[in-house]
Amino acid sequence: MNDPALLRSRAERLAAPLPALLAGAQHLARTVLLGSHGRRRPGQGDEFWQYRPAMPGDEARSVDWRRSGRSDGHFVRQMEWQAAQSVMFWVDRSRSMSFATDGAPSKAARASELALAAAILLNHGGERVGLSDHGLPPRTGALQLLRMAQALEDDDATPADYGAPRAREMPSRSRAVFASDFMGDITPVEGALLEAADRGVGGVLLHVLDPQEEAFPFDGRTIFESMGGTLRHETLKARDLRDRYLARLAERKARLQHLARVTGWQYHLHHTDGPATAPLLWLYSALERTG
Amino acid sequence: MWILGPIGFTAPWLLLGLLALPVLWLLLRAVPPAPIRRQFPGVALLLGLTDDAHQSDRTPWWLLLLRALAVAALIVGFAGPVLNPSERAAGDGPLLVLLDGSWADARDWPRRIDRVEQALTEAARDNRPVAIVTLTDRPEGDLPFRAAQDWAAQLPGLTPRAWAPSGVAEWAAGLEGGFDTIWLSDGVARDWRAAALDALEDRGAVRVFQSPRPIYGLTPPVFEDGAIALSALRADAAGAAEITVAARGLDPNGIERELARETLAFEDGSREAQLALSLPPELRNRVSRFEIPGIRSAGAVVLTDDALRRREIALISGSDDREGLSLLSPLHYLRQALEPVADLIDGSLSDVLLANPDVIVLADVATLPEGQAREVERWVEEGGLLLRFAGPRLAASDVGRGDEAPLMPVRLRAGGRSVGGAMSWGEPKALRTFSEGSPFYGLAVSPEVRVNAQVMAQPDPTLAERTIASLTDGTPLVTRNRIGQGQVVLFHVTANAEWSSLPLSGLFVSMLERLAVSTRPARPSAADLAGTTWSVDAVLDAFGQVDEAGTYPGIPGEDLAAAQPGPDTPPGLYAGEDRRVALNVLGPDAALEAAAWPAHVPVEGLGIARETDLKGWFLAAAIAVLAGDILASLWLGGRLTGPRASAAAVFLALLIPVGEARAQDAERAPLGEFAIEATSEVVLAHVMTGDAQVDEIAAAGLEGLSRTLFARTSVEPAAPMGIDLETDELAFFPFLYWPVTPDQPVPSDAAYAKLNAYLRGGGMILFDTRDADVAGFGAATPAGRKLQELARPLDIPPLEPVPEDHVLTRTFYLLQDFPGRRMGRDVWVEAAPPDAEAIEGMPFRNLNDNVTPVVIGGNDWAAAWAIDDAGNTLLPVGRGFAGERQREIALRFGVNLVMHVLTGNYKSDQVHVPALLDRLGQ
Repeated sequence: MNDPALLRSRAERLAAPLPALLAGAQHLARTVLLGSHGRRRPGQGDEFWQYRPAMPGDEARSVDWRRSGRSDGHFVRQMEWQAAQSVMFWVDRSRSMSFATDGAPSKAARASELALAAAILLNHGGERVGLSDHGLPPRTGALQLLRMAQALEDDDATPADYGAPRAREMPSRSRAVFASDFMGDITPVEGALLEAADRGVGGVLLHVLDPQEEAFPFDGRTIFESMGGTLRHETLKARDLRDRYLARLAERKARLQHLARVTGWQYHLHHTDGPATAPLLWLYSALERTG
Repeated sequence: MWILGPIGFTAPWLLLGLLALPVLWLLLRAVPPAPIRRQFPGVALLLGLTDDAHQSDRTPWWLLLLRALAVAALIVGFAGPVLNPSERAAGDGPLLVLLDGSWADARDWPRRIDRVEQALTEAARDNRPVAIVTLTDRPEGDLPFRAAQDWAAQLPGLTPRAWAPSGVAEWAAGLEGGFDTIWLSDGVARDWRAAALDALEDRGAVRVFQSPRPIYGLTPPVFEDGAIALSALRADAAGAAEITVAARGLDPNGIERELARETLAFEDGSREAQLALSLPPELRNRVSRFEIPGIRSAGAVVLTDDALRRREIALISGSDDREGLSLLSPLHYLRQALEPVADLIDGSLSDVLLANPDVIVLADVATLPEGQAREVERWVEEGGLLLRFAGPRLAASDVGRGDEAPLMPVRLRAGGRSVGGAMSWGEPKALRTFSEGSPFYGLAVSPEVRVNAQVMAQPDPTLAERTIASLTDGTPLVTRNRIGQGQVVLFHVTANAEWSSLPLSGLFVSMLERLAVSTRPARPSAADLAGTTWSVDAVLDAFGQVDEAGTYPGIPGEDLAAAQPGPDTPPGLYAGEDRRVALNVLGPDAALEAAAWPAHVPVEGLGIARETDLKGWFLAAAIAVLAGDILASLWLGGRLTGPRASAAAVFLALLIPVGEARAQDAERAPLGEFAIEATSEVVLAHVMTGDAQVDEIAAAGLEGLSRTLFARTSVEPAAPMGIDLETDELAFFPFLYWPVTPDQPVPSDAAYAKLNAYLRGGGMILFDTRDADVAGFGAATPAGRKLQELARPLDIPPLEPVPEDHVLTRTFYLLQDFPGRRMGRDVWVEAAPPDAEAIEGMPFRNLNDNVTPVVIGGNDWAAAWAIDDAGNTLLPVGRGFAGERQREIALRFGVNLVMHVLTGNYKSDQVHVPALLDRLGQ
């Protein structure tokens, strides 16, 4: 037992279930102060929510006699609604998400971190979280978080250049988070969103972009290749393309915002050179709202 | 070599490579810059975007041009371009490079050396042995033929000499073997030139190089008719020309500077120009040399010696001048002998001593009054020459009888003697030949000189060494004693012809000259200098610089008189016992003439078209263009970003000549800012005088005063300001400190108008002459005079010294005197009205109701107040505790002054306090 090598291997095995991503996400999640995650409305639950005057139609047994005894009217004791929700995350793991510029994390890393941190927060709030594309149906508990972390860290992700969400895996009336750069073909995204809307799934579109993708700081004769190398475009004067590229990017953003508006989703644009806390806060509150 | 205009090519066939340029153009044109491969997710959005139609995938023309230029520069560079290629026939056989190396060469010496260098280069190319010979410094024996490369190192060591070569014809005739000659002549005609040329032409071809620049020379100046006659020579008589001649010498501070400058004009066709330069005697005696400024040649410099120096001689005789008997006057012959060669001073001895003459002649003066004797003695010790002549009075007096009188070289026996007279035996005595060691040694004794009366010297142990001339019977005729730096000389006869015929002879004049009493009119002859030995005091080098003499042997006077400048007698200043003789490059009767060469000898100028190898330049240009191509390619390829871009920018910035970054003149802040700064706090101000040190002290002083006020009173001034009277508004300042310097500029009328308005408006100016003197009515100091000048246009009321009961004595501290760094006398303020009287029971008068507009003193207050940044005092005041006390009083005066400015006569009104209290019903 005193063999240090053995000790170390055991320690590593012990530490292995806690992926770095999970640690980072937990660190991130800790920055958001978490109160009890109620639904802020009366319903089934354990916590007291409010007394309300008894109305005709209330069952007699629902009257809280102890409260009613202190006044002339009858009061009904209501509990806070604490039904657990399912939140499905879809984090784009395509090749294009692995793009990163100096000083900023890759889009995939940032998206995974944000998703996992949100999942941790939701888990604290008692919600069930799941990861589509990885066959992780919504569950609750630390083990689920660990599975999500492992799945997100899994390197043999989709080898495709651009990814698209699938709405089929989502339980109806659940909520969803789509984190991607939405650079590829917009049609699958559109379809997934519409289908999700059909199934009563509300959610959040987290648009993660690299600063270079916003600035397009290129010049001269250049051959642009997609990360997987499937797409390529050659230009003699990259600078001339900038305006037109930016117009197309703006159009893509507008399209996503429009889709979100139509389907009742919420849209947020995040650049990887910015801090992760702000989008996490937004994500969390947006999930509150869509509930 | 293939020559194209001014450029030749050593490898012209390489230029064929230029033909390949068009091909290169086409090749390069088809190859656009390589693309960059970038991974970029946004490519999905780029799909379908096309480049502008006119964008071609070819290299831009200017980049092509740049590259073609680089290649062209490389090709041309390797083809070996040479600027100014010299077409010359390659010679063979030994080559003799002959330089005259005289003073006339000195002016163009560097160009001559350049020419020699070129000859060496050519000889090295043709592999010829070379000998370089300077005619003024000829090597012994055979010509030293060596490889040209050997000589290159010795070229800087070649120097011209300050004399002309001599004996060249014989030397040239003695040369053997065959060689070509390159002769760099100095352009002055010499009598040996033709013979030497013939001898050299016997050996081989001769080429002559000669500078076309005119040659000028100065001949020794002569003193004539009260002016210095100076003549300049030139070698080429053609054309009119003007040169300037400068007289240089020591100024009274011992610094050599130019004393006079005149222009000399050569007429067309004349080789000589004359100038009569009239200088005041004081200045003339200081002149040590004349030179033609701008010509570095010994010929253009002429040293002066005693010939120009006119001694000041005071003649004093014991007897009253008997009217009409001038031939019997003791001074008549002296006057005759000295008048042409010296400046005579007349007057009483006490007057004459003030003029500090070189020589005082006392003819038959026996005794001097006690005080004068001491003064004369001091004068002799400082270098004066006291020349005494005997006479009846001296013979009759008791001077130097018992013991040696200080102003008498020997003791005298009573009475003297007379020989050969009617009442005596013997013949009149003749002079004995002067012995060696006497200053007269070498002078021929004229036989007709007879002495029939003289005063006799007492035989003393020192008599022999003090005797410098004696009669045939051995009795001393002239004795001399050195006292300090000067000497006393006694002629044992009278200065007139009464006792001897010496004053009638020419020998008398020569003796006076040898004694350096008189100065010789011109260059001394051999007879004048016979028997003397001269040492070289200073030598003149070929470039006209006067150097200290090294070790030269002494030169006999006869040789010196006949000497021509040469290796043994270099031109310069020669010092004898008491005299100095200059040996100049050009003698008094020298002439300059341009060298004439036979028609068949090619004479060329020194101008050389230097071959310049351009290969390096072309290659460097090619590299520079290629470097530019790198930048351009990077830029074109869109890779000139980030650190590369900044590095390129720095590189380009280095290429651009940086314009002189001149700090903009510190414009005064706009009036508004200035006004706010001056008025937001109490600010003490001082007038900028233009003297940086005074201004600094004034600022530091006001800073010290400000801090003192801050610490001790409720006045809390801000940092003091310096005021330019011309530009700044004065009305903001309650108080101006004005240090007066003798050389500060007087303000303009506009500034005076401002100052007067300021004074009328209640401002106060503290004038400080800083000399502690002005207050005593003194305009004696320069600062005092300047103060008067400065203050004249000011509107200043009548002034008086601060009265005891002036409010200035009690505005804060009780003071009675107002010292600064100096403890001067009175300080002046506005005078009290004449009707001011002390009221009964009041300690002081009710004086003027205003602030005094000026306070004038000279106590250098700012210096006493001055502190540095750390609060330490800047300048010492007095000594010890008393000094510190004085500084404290000075500060108190400053506090009182500022309080007075700010509160006016408030303290005077305190006198009414009892009455006010009374009225209030206390």
